[in-house]
Amino acid sequence: MKSLESWGRYPQVEQSTQTLTWRSDALPRVSGSVLPHGLGRSYGDSCLNGGGTLLLTSGLDKLIAFDAATGVVRCEAGVTLDTLLRLAAPRGWFLPVTPGTKYVTVGGAIANDVHGKNHHRGGTFGRYVRRFELVRSDGSRRVCAPDENPDWYGATIGGLGLTGLVTWAEVQLKPISNPYVLQETVPFGNLDEFLVVARESEADHEFTMAWVDCLARGKKVGRGLLYRGNFAPPQFDGLPLAKSHLSHGIGLAVPMDMPAFCLNRLSVSAFNWLYFHRQNGKPKQRLTHYDPFFYPLDAIYAWNRIYGSRGFLQFQCVVPYSTARDALKDILERSSRGGLPSFLSVLKTFGDIPSPGWLSFPRQGVTLAMDFANRGEKTYRLVEELDRVTREAGGAVYPAKDARMSPESFAAYFPRRSEFAGYIDPAFSSSFWRRMHPVAMPFSLESERASGAPHPKSLLALR
Amino acid sequence: MKKVLVLGATSAIAQATVRLLAARGASLYLVGRNAENLDAVAKDAATRGAAKVESKAVDLNDFAVHEALVDGAFQALGGLDGVVLAHGVLGDQAEAQRSWTATEAVLRTNFLSAASLLTVLANRFEAQKAGTLVVISSVAGDRGRQSNYVYGTSKGALTVFLQGLRNRLAKSNVAVVTVKPGFVDTPMTAHLPKNKLFASPEKVARGLLSAADARKNEVYVPGIWALIMLIIKSIPESVFKKLKL
Repeated sequence: MKSLESWGRYPQVEQSTQTLTWRSDALPRVSGSVLPHGLGRSYGDSCLNGGGTLLLTSGLDKLIAFDAATGVVRCEAGVTLDTLLRLAAPRGWFLPVTPGTKYVTVGGAIANDVHGKNHHRGGTFGRYVRRFELVRSDGSRRVCAPDENPDWYGATIGGLGLTGLVTWAEVQLKPISNPYVLQETVPFGNLDEFLVVARESEADHEFTMAWVDCLARGKKVGRGLLYRGNFAPPQFDGLPLAKSHLSHGIGLAVPMDMPAFCLNRLSVSAFNWLYFHRQNGKPKQRLTHYDPFFYPLDAIYAWNRIYGSRGFLQFQCVVPYSTARDALKDILERSSRGGLPSFLSVLKTFGDIPSPGWLSFPRQGVTLAMDFANRGEKTYRLVEELDRVTREAGGAVYPAKDARMSPESFAAYFPRRSEFAGYIDPAFSSSFWRRMHPVAMPFSLESERASGAPHPKSLLALR
Repeated sequence: MKKVLVLGATSAIAQATVRLLAARGASLYLVGRNAENLDAVAKDAATRGAAKVESKAVDLNDFAVHEALVDGAFQALGGLDGVVLAHGVLGDQAEAQRSWTATEAVLRTNFLSAASLLTVLANRFEAQKAGTLVVISSVAGDRGRQSNYVYGTSKGALTVFLQGLRNRLAKSNVAVVTVKPGFVDTPMTAHLPKNKLFASPEKVARGLLSAADARKNEVYVPGIWALIMLIIKSIPESVFKKLKL
């Protein structure tokens, strides 16, 4: 069995692979369960199927149609967002929602109902998926849309590839008059300041997200830089593209696994201090091309290798505004005490635009995303603690990033999971789903337990 | 090549070639057996910028239709200046050794049907005194070896046929390009374990078009196979016959 990895390179599992070629083909017959797998940009185990087979959608990469007048594109599920941009951006169309990398497939964007810097204005990717075809192991094919098989539509968006194989999808793109973004950077001194400036920025800015110094302590907890921007107005049309604007195919590569000691605490905090202070406390506007604005990490090929072969864990949660201040302080403090530095920490506010997906992650409140180098048990304990804090704050953790959430958490975060379970294809499964549904649950869920009972030890120890 | 007939358009190398041609705005006439898959390739090409895309689902082992097929392509695109012949089967050497039927099928698909099509095409291109015929042969045709000599024969025969055609058509300004890929990572080789020698269909397509643009004679793609086959071909027969290649 080959071992394909997820983006965080943890966990490592053994699985087989089968490459899909034609959307007209029936699903291959294999022994054991299957799971569609695109570019493997999910961080944890939601794109893995240990002991089973991954259906590689890289061969389902054909375009079907693109209407440059209406911005509707139809393509196979293995087509990448990068391909869509190369097709559509020169003709004045952009992705209505984009995650932080363009190297994900349309199928992956649907399966995780991805979100981006404009969630407060635009919601999630699933909202712009007009229809798609779902193929099941029993040979059935369904076209799913809000008005056609709407239950399959809702189950599959955010459905982590478990309801069947999406062969093609139709997406509504959004018009842009030029490929530039006008960006401002606003520093904030702590979490409270972030909450104020982030919500304020939503009114006039389509895109907002903040880098946060997760090593800051005390009064400075949650300090960072808010990036906010809009597509440049038509005055900027026709600006000549300078080569340096584009990272398409150009950029640094991380050629080999970097030794773990490069990321010790001292160097990260020094970087953080420099990075924070260079702004001089003043906001600044800059014109930038969409590529470095939306996809700064794509310029570094295989940046996940910077964490070495043990990989890393990413934790992304959302907490409601009512509990955000305390929960995020708690999470940030625990992370910085944990002695496990995180380079890439992002804070953003989510809006209240609902998604059609039943297992959609984004909901109104504040989201925080952090990476932790995999140092073994220390790291697992920390991430499990952060999961517990999130659950107690009434928030949720993002399955696309997760490697350690507990089954009770999953149940709390996704109340529609039982309804969803009825739509899972019997031949489909994933390491993530099995982790969320271990074979025996020796205790009842949190809500049913009498108060005062001790918290159960994580079932993950059984794996 | 602006108006191109692609035979075997649903094969992996042909698909990659079609994409490159579409990006250049070429007009395409696509031929393959499976109508649904052929349509998928056609729509992909049209969306990627092909000026015009027509297609016809045909089994190229039906020799009777070859003349009409070529005529149809000329008509649909308003002329032809290029052909990419990419259809073929790998076959199964063990089965071919057991059964003449299996052997004949490989020889028929890979060589005879190609020769039949090229007979028609050569005459048309000779008459118009212009154009490029690009045919995918294989390094396997350079020397027969025990593990795949039936496939090798079909490609070797094709290579020799093309040499003759090149000689004949040189005075008519028609280029005959023989492309010899080595191992390529496609559905045809899905059952074989992959190693560093396997090239992607995209890489082979780029080499193919580059050779076609330059009107080359015979090219190995990737180029390293020229060296590998030089060595293979120079091994004396008395030694080669004892090897297990």
